[in-house]
Amino acid sequence: MQQKSTLEQILRGVALACVIFFFMFPIFWILLMSFQTNETILRVPPSMVFEPTLTNYRSLISGTLEGSTATLEIKFMGNLWNSLFLSVTSVTVGLILGVPAAYAFAKLKFRGSEDIAFTLLSFRFAPPLLVLLPLTIYFQQLGLADTYFGLIWVYQLIVLPLILWIVRGYFEDIPSDIEYAYRIAGHGFWTTFRKIALPLAGPGIAAAGLLAFIFAWNNFIFALVLASADKQPVTVGALAFITAAGINYGQIAAGIMLSIAPTFALALYAQRYLVEGLSLGAVKG
Amino acid sequence: MSLKLAGITKAFKKEIVLQDVSLDVETGKTLVLFGPSGAGKTVLLRLIAGVIEPDAGTIQIAGRDMEGVEPEDRDVGMAFQNFALFPHMSAEDNIASPLTAQRQSQSEIKSGIQALAKLLKIEHVLGHKPKELSNGQKQRTALARALAGKPGSLLLDDPLRNVDAKLRFEMRLELPRLLKDQNATVIYVTQDYKEAMAFGDQIAVIHEGQVQQIGTPEEIYLTPATTEIARLFGDPVINLMDVAPEARGRMVSVSVSDQPIMLDPGYAEMVGQECVLGVRPEAFRFVEPNSPSAIPVQVETEAPLNEKTVTLVLTAGGREVMVTRPSGTPGPNGGTAHITIDSAATLLFDRASGRLCVPKATIAGEAIA
Repeated sequence: MQQKSTLEQILRGVALACVIFFFMFPIFWILLMSFQTNETILRVPPSMVFEPTLTNYRSLISGTLEGSTATLEIKFMGNLWNSLFLSVTSVTVGLILGVPAAYAFAKLKFRGSEDIAFTLLSFRFAPPLLVLLPLTIYFQQLGLADTYFGLIWVYQLIVLPLILWIVRGYFEDIPSDIEYAYRIAGHGFWTTFRKIALPLAGPGIAAAGLLAFIFAWNNFIFALVLASADKQPVTVGALAFITAAGINYGQIAAGIMLSIAPTFALALYAQRYLVEGLSLGAVKG
Repeated sequence: MSLKLAGITKAFKKEIVLQDVSLDVETGKTLVLFGPSGAGKTVLLRLIAGVIEPDAGTIQIAGRDMEGVEPEDRDVGMAFQNFALFPHMSAEDNIASPLTAQRQSQSEIKSGIQALAKLLKIEHVLGHKPKELSNGQKQRTALARALAGKPGSLLLDDPLRNVDAKLRFEMRLELPRLLKDQNATVIYVTQDYKEAMAFGDQIAVIHEGQVQQIGTPEEIYLTPATTEIARLFGDPVINLMDVAPEARGRMVSVSVSDQPIMLDPGYAEMVGQECVLGVRPEAFRFVEPNSPSAIPVQVETEAPLNEKTVTLVLTAGGREVMVTRPSGTPGPNGGTAHITIDSAATLLFDRASGRLCVPKATIAGEAIA
């Protein structure tokens, strides 16, 4: 590789710093806000100098919001748990259903496979609000409204097409000869799927799972309409911070920090799988 | 394990890849599938391995019809041209894959791999992933994987194609012995006529999805069914000259540069037809100018080729002819020279169809003998 000139390296560093500053500053600012009281947050001009306090986190974890006039109960930790439960279960169900389906669409070309795959993708085209109205009525009649089961089912609209279409591409990239070779070596169809197709599509499955998790985690509208207070995820639960007595910016900031923590941790963890990519050194053009 | 294909036809979409292919390989024998790329050789191997199904025809392995039999139940081993190693497994695990399928014990698998790795000189890279292997090592790993399960039939898809010349030469010597030791029925695909001649008990020449000729290497070389096959087997290539046979008493002759070449009288029915005379470069001989039926030629260039020396000469009629002689034997001193043709070693083809003409009397003679 050619040695880069010093100027180029400096410019590169400056550009990177700008990008990082642009994207990370809001999060950094929220992090600062989460350690402040409403008064220090709202002072003009804003300052980075303040006395840090843990009251925001303490009130979120204990579940009591102490306003100037009254004490309000919030279920933030419950919401966090709901988010976690809904997202993890939805993605798990989505992977169990979506990965074998993706394999079928990629490798076992059958009649109408393209049409079915496209239909599944088209679930993502419809505006959620359009779907929600009839869905709410159905769910109430079926007794699925305000149940985890019903929510996870609806979440499949978000996660399944995503998983299906990402993973399908990775399966298509696996040369059929590699699978044939394993079959000829004496292994059955399912063993070959498990030992060859799944590991080779691993990075794709990880990427799809991660993206699906983030989409599920960030979902707002389905949960807002279909879930009541005790089943609401953080996205909906955060509305509780807008109280009659005012907006509790400090708690919102602390809530944001807590609610991005799981996705953040997951992304950091899954990163190495994402960049690993398909290593197909065994096959020449 | 014997292998029998009958009337195999396969088309992808509208394109016919194989048409009515029938082959028969006896247990322990090696059949070489020889032909240019796109001839359908690889498709034929895949059909035998069972990863694709034929549109028509039957495949029998060890006398058992293979229709509907899954690849894992066919007792075949296959080495792919592109190696098709499992990229996420070490060379060792690659080679072990047929053994784990046979549910062998850990110690059996270990010793089986060690023996093969030693034979193929890849012991030192067993722990490496495929992308850390050189092409030669990949090829050997793929071969070891195909051999490891001791399958009854071995399908080798041009395994020496992607390796360097030195290794190819070594393997050309080693592989036949290795295959004999396995006692498997082998189908070996290649585009290299030397490999075909070296490995094959039988050679099947495939072109455009059809079997053009099946025979022993000698038969293919000495009596190629068409000018096309004659051209493919032999280096330097056979000299093909347009001729018109004439009757000359009881004999048949053709004239090359105004010199009559006497041919077998059995060619009588080709008299007056447009034909092609095939003369292998080694069937020419340099002679003194006053020798009978000597053809005067102009020497153009001369080049050594292994143990032979190839001379390109030009006849008076402007026809280019390749002549070989064993290196070290006296040759022309440049400028002009004279050559003769060993008429017994010539082949006569019909020009329109390109098919070999078989002299009638010879067939009868052979039948009596």
